[in-house]
Amino acid sequence: MSTKRFTCSLHNLEKISEYITECANHAGLNETEAYAVQLAVDEAATNIIEHGYGMECPSRIDITCVILENGLKVVIYDDAEPFDPSKVPEPALNVSLDEIKPRGLGIFIMRKMMDEVNYVSSPDKGNTLTMIKHHKP
Amino acid sequence: MDIKKTELKRCTVVKTSGRIDGSNAHELAAALKTVTAKNMYNIVFDMSEVNFVASAGWWVLIDTQKTCKPSGELVLVKVDQGIRESLNLVGMGSYFCIYDDVTTAVGNF
Repeated sequence: MSTKRFTCSLHNLEKISEYITECANHAGLNETEAYAVQLAVDEAATNIIEHGYGMECPSRIDITCVILENGLKVVIYDDAEPFDPSKVPEPALNVSLDEIKPRGLGIFIMRKMMDEVNYVSSPDKGNTLTMIKHHKP
Repeated sequence: MDIKKTELKRCTVVKTSGRIDGSNAHELAAALKTVTAKNMYNIVFDMSEVNFVASAGWWVLIDTQKTCKPSGELVLVKVDQGIRESLNLVGMGSYFCIYDDVTTAVGNF
């Protein structure tokens, strides 16, 4: 298990990705699986910085990687305003180009890319987003 | 973000490298707007050196596609396998024609 702390700036997204790639390699995920985790974590971190902290960035994002027997668990902690991804409706995709709207795609990507996505928020501990990606059997 | 634009007879080739995410997608948007602002709606986006695209990047490309059509089209070239799979998985692959090389993409216009 390892944890890294990032200040909440969009300019840290690349550093977050590098850390996730390192974790994914240790967990033995293949290239496609590692990209999926990178993308899901990037979308989660972007949401926290843009919507949770409203780009004000007074705090931090802590990311913990846990190597599992069958994959990788990533836990993201923040103390921004609570933001429950499960409450966000899925975007209307597979519609005509004119109809597509930029709402909720990041969360939809997180759900699609990962095998498990779980969000917990509490006033004293802040927000915890846990996502798991399994190896391909 | 380094963005190169090459104006050809029938289209403009735009190329960048590395990541397209929430920190720099606005730079790509600005670069593509300078192309469409000149009424050039045939655009080849060379992604041969792009290794990561977050949703912020896809929205820039979708917005550009909306601007280009129906007068022209934004087409993509050499999309990395991971990027392509994620695009298809979220159902956005159908909004773009993807080519394996720039020459074929340019020849399409």
